[in-house]
Amino acid sequence: MTLPNEPLLVVRGLNIEFGPPERPVRAVADADLTLAPGEILGIAGESGSGKTTLCSAIMRTLPRSARVSGRVEFAGKELLSLSEREMARLRGRDLSMVLQNPMTSLDPLYTIGNQLEEVLRERRRGGAEVRPGGAVEVLRRVHLTAPELRVRQYPHQLSGGMRQRVLVGMATAAAPRLLIADEPTTALDASIQDEILILFRELRDTAGSAVVIVTHDLSAIRRLSDRVIIMYAGRIVEEGPTAEVFRAPRHPYTRALLGSLPRIEDEEVVLQPIPGQVPDLARLPPGCAFAARCPVALDACRTERPQESTVGERHRVFCWQAAAGGAA
Amino acid sequence: MSATAEERPAGAGGLLGARLWRSGAGRPPLLATAICLLMVVAALGGGAIAPYVPDEADFTAILVPPAWAEGGSLAHLLGTDQLGRDMLSRLIAGARISLLTAGAAVLAGGTIGVTLGLAAGYLGGVVEAVIMRIVDAFLALPFILMALAFVAALGTGVGNIILVMVLTNWARYARLVRSEVVSIKKRDFVLLARVAGLRPRQIALRHILPNALTSILVLAVLDVGRAIILESSLSFLGVGIQPPDVSWGLALAEGRTYMTVAWWLTVWPGLAIVLAVMSFNALGDWMKAGFDPRGRL
Amino acid sequence: MARFILTRLGQTLVTLALLTILIFVLARLTGDPTPLVLPSEATEADRAFFREQYGLDRPIHEQYVVFLRNVLHGDFGISFRYREPAFNLVLMAIGPTLQLAGVSMLVAVMLGLPLGIAAALRPGSWLAAAVRAYASFGQAVPTFWSGLMLIFLFAITLPLLPSSGYGEVENFVLPAVTLGFYASASVTMLTWANMTEALRSDFVQMERVLGIPRRLIVLKHALRNASLPIVTYLGLQFGLLLGGAVVTERVFAWPGVGQMLVDAILNRDYPVVQAAVMLTAVLVMTINLAVDLLYAVLDPRVSRS
Repeated sequence: MTLPNEPLLVVRGLNIEFGPPERPVRAVADADLTLAPGEILGIAGESGSGKTTLCSAIMRTLPRSARVSGRVEFAGKELLSLSEREMARLRGRDLSMVLQNPMTSLDPLYTIGNQLEEVLRERRRGGAEVRPGGAVEVLRRVHLTAPELRVRQYPHQLSGGMRQRVLVGMATAAAPRLLIADEPTTALDASIQDEILILFRELRDTAGSAVVIVTHDLSAIRRLSDRVIIMYAGRIVEEGPTAEVFRAPRHPYTRALLGSLPRIEDEEVVLQPIPGQVPDLARLPPGCAFAARCPVALDACRTERPQESTVGERHRVFCWQAAAGGAA
Repeated sequence: MSATAEERPAGAGGLLGARLWRSGAGRPPLLATAICLLMVVAALGGGAIAPYVPDEADFTAILVPPAWAEGGSLAHLLGTDQLGRDMLSRLIAGARISLLTAGAAVLAGGTIGVTLGLAAGYLGGVVEAVIMRIVDAFLALPFILMALAFVAALGTGVGNIILVMVLTNWARYARLVRSEVVSIKKRDFVLLARVAGLRPRQIALRHILPNALTSILVLAVLDVGRAIILESSLSFLGVGIQPPDVSWGLALAEGRTYMTVAWWLTVWPGLAIVLAVMSFNALGDWMKAGFDPRGRL
Repeated sequence: MARFILTRLGQTLVTLALLTILIFVLARLTGDPTPLVLPSEATEADRAFFREQYGLDRPIHEQYVVFLRNVLHGDFGISFRYREPAFNLVLMAIGPTLQLAGVSMLVAVMLGLPLGIAAALRPGSWLAAAVRAYASFGQAVPTFWSGLMLIFLFAITLPLLPSSGYGEVENFVLPAVTLGFYASASVTMLTWANMTEALRSDFVQMERVLGIPRRLIVLKHALRNASLPIVTYLGLQFGLLLGGAVVTERVFAWPGVGQMLVDAILNRDYPVVQAAVMLTAVLVMTINLAVDLLYAVLDPRVSRS
């Protein structure tokens, strides 16, 4: 049993490689993170920064070709050493996930009700029978309109937002202790995004679940999460309380990301793209991966990998500049 | 295949093999390629390689088993048939017929089908509708039944069999080329060519055809296997190649009577068919994996 | 849905109409059948009567109309050889052919489905490699050879099963295995490809993270999704089996349409050839149409919209 102040999820030195061993592609490198029960953590970064791979590693759903090392402790259990059978028992019950594309994440050939009941049946395996109204109840909890009708419908008869509600309902039916949401709103209309995000906060408030929300939408993270992790080229570059990171970002990449948020200046939306390109993960430079795009890079940045430095209450950053205290 | 390779305008590309190698099709099937080449050599140099004249009877050496079997002789490596004809020489002669008919049928049927497919895809409208309905009619029946219907009208023998094979295979090329043309037509470089004022025939020949060529080539190689099966099936049924011409299917039908006493009469021709078809299919599949990673063929 | 059915029906009818033209043209290519049909002692009046009856004295397009009208009435003419209506002869032979094709289909599905699923579940394994070898071998083996080899092994060397004949259960074994093995190769490859695709789909990934047991994911979700294209393909495959049956019937002396067709060709019995080809064509196209409709029923995206 985890004590309230004991962390729910601890990731230590996680490395994930693909491709030939002699020329590996390091999708995630030396990742460390800690998540408290009931905490909402945002992970942000451009596509290819390793955030989705990191989550798949926690869920143990990476393709067989992936080489994973390090530790992933969930409620005191080391997940990477569990058998596939033991892991399957945890999935959906203790830790659960919502995938990127709601349009294709439901089986097109079965009704919503059928698929929901399947999930509910698995939750109660060996226990009580599934109550007849269980599926409708789940849909009601995620505020889907006309749930009695929806259970009889097929996925193609629902909109993307409705499907995402169904998926969130499925993933949270067992009130998991950890829910990972991978780009849960990217495929949805802007008008629906907020409503889906609110579901995650409700889940935390009612069931006490911790939520990891992966996105490149920083505004979603700002509104929702307690803490934020910024990833670049497979590495965590900055981590801290959301408010502090947004108020005083320390890593030049974080600043660039925040700068690339559309901002309203003099009634005009200004979007500032980050100059340069995301580096090839198979050919990373010896120093900081961001050095080539960094406006304030030092000589050390190109030759030596930055060490972790603490810059505030639970706020850490991997940057020579920030460590030197020289915020440009 | 990357987007840039996809948009490659006509002509660019380099050596076929080199391109295939890079395209991620994997290692080429060496054994299959070797067997295909061996068949081609046997077909071209038939008379010079074969130890005997394939239809020369030798009544002093009837039903001689293969060299390693009891009663076999080194004079006839794979044995002889009921008329004392050398099996190895007959297999080589059979390869010649199989490749001749298959090659001729693929070339002729391919040319007709590609032309009609180009016309249908490029011109569209009524021409397309008419051609494609005819294509449907020709593909409505399993190819062996269709072939039998044509054989009934045209008769047997090498020339007629090639004609029959052309009649059964052209529609597949037409269908493939038409769908290729329809998709290529929408791409930028074709639109540009049209804006630049090239005439439809020039666009079709210079820009569209070269881009569809890889798919056509893959279909053609796979078609060789199908043609070998068709020819040997018709010959086995007695409505294909006629004696004194030699065919693997025909040899099988003749050897069937002696199956209880001379297994080699039915085993060798069958193995030859299987090896040849497997090899051409393996080669075609390999090319398909390189050219057509999304499996549209 | 109704529109879909009508469109498909229309297409099928157009194709059938074109096929009658094709068969008509082929029939005319063979020349005037009068001397073949009538005995040599027939008078000139008899010949004229015959030509008139079959419209042979009229212009070619009118001949086609006569031909089409006769075909629609199931009249393909009298078999030159058996002196019986060709249509009736073929109708009698269609039963054994359908039985053989049906049992072979069962064999093909029973072999191909599990092999394809197993290979899709273990990509890159020795099992997958073995299944690939099986399929490429199966696709390359002509049925007349595998049939003969089976006869050699199980009827001659080990006299366990009859090498020919029709009527008993044991008569079915060798022909159905021969034809079914051939068809199982493509069923295997198709199952493999579709199963692989289904297993890669987002909903399978979602079910995994929801902790749905693998057995349920594979059998209930992936297989059902993969089975839609497989069902369509099996329809086409049945047509191919009817074609393959021609050769297999010949090998095992099976009294079906294929055997009759080849005999008719060898004996220049054109009415039987036409009747056999036309009847098989109607059969194949009806099955294809039925399969398309079945697909629509199986897929709620089509049937519920």
